[in-house]
Amino acid sequence: MKERTIWEQIADSFRSRSIWMLHYCTGCGAMELPPTMTARFDMERFGIAPMATPRQADILLITGYLNTKTLRRVIYTYEQMADPKYVIGFGSCTINGGIYFDSYSTINRLDYYIPVDVYIAGCMPRPEAILEAFNYLMEKIRKGEADGWKRYRENYDWYKQNQIRSLGEVYVHDEFHE
Amino acid sequence: MVAAYKALFNLVVAFFLVLSLEGIGRKITARIQRRIGPPWYQNFIDLFKALSKHPFSNGWIFDFGVLMALGGTMATAMVIPMGSAFWTPFPNSDNFFVIMYLFAVGALGMAMGMVGSGNPWSSIGVSRALTQMLGYELPYLIVISSTIFHYKTASIHKLIEMQRGGWNLLVMPLGGIIAFVSLMGMLGKKPFDIATAPAEIASGPMTELSGKYMGLLHIMHVFAIFVEISLFVDIFLGGGNFGWYLVKFIVVWVLAVMISSVLPRFRIEQMIKFYWGVPLGLAFLNALFVLLGWTL
Repeated sequence: MKERTIWEQIADSFRSRSIWMLHYCTGCGAMELPPTMTARFDMERFGIAPMATPRQADILLITGYLNTKTLRRVIYTYEQMADPKYVIGFGSCTINGGIYFDSYSTINRLDYYIPVDVYIAGCMPRPEAILEAFNYLMEKIRKGEADGWKRYRENYDWYKQNQIRSLGEVYVHDEFHE
Repeated sequence: MVAAYKALFNLVVAFFLVLSLEGIGRKITARIQRRIGPPWYQNFIDLFKALSKHPFSNGWIFDFGVLMALGGTMATAMVIPMGSAFWTPFPNSDNFFVIMYLFAVGALGMAMGMVGSGNPWSSIGVSRALTQMLGYELPYLIVISSTIFHYKTASIHKLIEMQRGGWNLLVMPLGGIIAFVSLMGMLGKKPFDIATAPAEIASGPMTELSGKYMGLLHIMHVFAIFVEISLFVDIFLGGGNFGWYLVKFIVVWVLAVMISSVLPRFRIEQMIKFYWGVPLGLAFLNALFVLLGWTL
């Protein structure tokens, strides 16, 4: 791994303490987020806050299974986010398909399509597990090890090839500027 | 030269005071909701993180609009008196109307830049923000006009000196209350956070803002809060020396945060009906009292 400059180290320590989250609620995983946000577990004390749009967000939370239709939206969303960006795969479905592993339309492994920094195993992971994962991600960011966005840039051809193999066509459409 | 140092001091105070108060406001909201909440310096971290990201631009109108919003609001924050004639950077141009005109530059810059991003949510958010401005400014300006008529001056630091005998809030209580209700709309606090409603229109004007742009607009928002609350403290709470000014500033902010943390959000037409109903009527009543000389 490359050595970070002092500015990058300072920036990384800020990034680790202020995580704005975009949760992509495809599956049942979204169910566990409200208790994580509200009074019982209170993720705001770590500086983690939900954001409304991909432009403002730092992490993309994929909660649950993805099929070929929703994967396309996830890729668009991920490419709209500003660097540095991080992805959390949430629940078994993003690791190996979970209980939908033999479905005809479900994506089994999220890591083929976008780089994932942290996985949370479980079906469903409880809020304790989610907070544990956030703390792990914060530590990774602070040490500069959460480099999914760099991997996506470096291996863009490989990711794009996988995306096209599954989806046929991936075209980020920009209506305003064309 | 002294004026320049004082204006710079204004900006420094505004930056640190309001950013800390925003963090304290988040903490207060969290305590009211029985959470622990983020540390008080959370907003500093958020701001510097936003400035450290690699943003997307949406064309030069977008860039220019963000800079115009920040510059216009900073210029306004520079002319605001902080509680007394001594802390007035430009004693000859701290007229209320000068401040209102300068403040509009920032608002229009934000509107222009955000519409320039081309996102429909931004356009809806900007139109909502401008509609809301129409809502709260009418009662607010009527109250301020009657204040200016009562004291026969529009210069803020002279208004502060006139209030030696008693706060304007006590001289015209009706006007003070209406100005506070308008202030809630200006700050975009909870019943009136229609323009940035994250659950409805994806945070409105800020939809396309990433990284540094978000940071710059956050700084602009900080200065806007400083201007709005300072005007209320100066015109209605009688300013005071620097310490008293800070105390009054903090009290007004905490009150606004506490009200905002227990209320839901208005819809846009409910907001207009609200502002142009009771507050506007009471503002006219207040103006009538002032014209008849029935002040306390």
